[in-house]
Amino acid sequence: MTSFDSAAARSDAGAARIDSAGAGLDAGVARFDEAIARDQRIEPADDMPEGYRRTMVRQIAQHAHSEIIGMQPEGEWITRAPTLRRKAILLAKVQDEAGHGLYLYSAAETLGADRGDLTRRLIEGRQKYSSIFNYPTRSFADVGVIGWLVDGAAICNQVPLCRSSYGPYARAMIRICKEESFHQRQGYELLMTMMRGTPAQREMVQDSVDRWWWPSLMMFGPPDADSPNTAQSMAWKIKRHTNDELRQRFVDMTVPQAEALGVTLPDPGLRWNAERGHHDFGQPDWDELRRVISGDGPMNAQRLRRRREADEDGAWVREAAAAHAAASSPAVSSTGVSSPAASSAASILEGER
Amino acid sequence: MTRHEWPLFEVFVRAKRGLNHVHVGSLRAADHEMALHHARDLYTRRNEGVSIWVVRSDAVAASDPADKEAFFTPSSDKVYRHPTHYAIPDNVPHI
Repeated sequence: MTSFDSAAARSDAGAARIDSAGAGLDAGVARFDEAIARDQRIEPADDMPEGYRRTMVRQIAQHAHSEIIGMQPEGEWITRAPTLRRKAILLAKVQDEAGHGLYLYSAAETLGADRGDLTRRLIEGRQKYSSIFNYPTRSFADVGVIGWLVDGAAICNQVPLCRSSYGPYARAMIRICKEESFHQRQGYELLMTMMRGTPAQREMVQDSVDRWWWPSLMMFGPPDADSPNTAQSMAWKIKRHTNDELRQRFVDMTVPQAEALGVTLPDPGLRWNAERGHHDFGQPDWDELRRVISGDGPMNAQRLRRRREADEDGAWVREAAAAHAAASSPAVSSTGVSSPAASSAASILEGER
Repeated sequence: MTRHEWPLFEVFVRAKRGLNHVHVGSLRAADHEMALHHARDLYTRRNEGVSIWVVRSDAVAASDPADKEAFFTPSSDKVYRHPTHYAIPDNVPHI
């Protein structure tokens, strides 16, 4: 274990300014480059290029937002779960998503970001979250398919992030990946149960697979040729594989699972290519991905509206708890983080839209 | 709308008896009691621990990376602190 991450980030906020004034900057950059080259982790108090810090804050924040918004599509089915067992499972899963969001906000705060500020950026549409959560959940089969395909794709994306060069993010990802395995398996088991049911239930599963397959492939991001930041992210070791590599890995993993389940993946071009040792498959509709990312997906407005309402509806609770804490123990009643961190967060995030 | 930010707490969890508390992350809470409850919900959903510490993040003093050499280099000079510094003949047992 290293230093006290968040606290260290705070003391670093002052140090970073001194560095940028001149003296220690070159030495700091050299230490950073050496650590990256030797595949060591970067820790909160270390010197790091401003671009690295900004990229990490944005990546971790978007990931955190995705977990928090990701509670909604499945959360809608908690009250309509068919059995008590399924309801308990779904509750536990949605609680995990909240937990993942909070681990990640915690990691973002080690870089001097402030989670209240990040939440504001999400609500105001200034920071993004995964496009996948802008699709509606139309049947209970969607709960299973989200676990199987969406969480399966997330696992493909996230396992390599356990080796991200940024220590607090990598550690958060290790916790998250352990829990994602439960998410994927409960989804697949749910689908197996439905596939053993009535023809109507099997149809429901196939319909759900048809709707979620292409959006799941989009979760890996645009094709490598249209992903201009990939090279820098790979150089910084905050990304370990390209979008297309991960997409291929996901398809290869999923095909035999679909066969075992007895569903058809809705891609006429999907076939084994013995020469490549991989499956060939069709391309998702990249225009659709662009539309959904830029706010024009089926559920974008509702997802953000609900997040905003939850934030506003919870405001009195946060205020009351703070007032209670102040009244019962003035020594621990501070209402904010220390100012160096706050000002550093502002400067970090200034570059964003 | 001004937000009432709760202060930040660092969370330490003892995984099982006999082990140290280990830092696992941070969270926001209004006071120590709430911080403990949040830590339980956030960091011990699957039997990860038997004991939790929470500490206000602004109460933690951390070494500055700029002082790294002054802090940690002297110990690498002192090779005589390590048992391997001392040559003992092979025929001397149990040492």
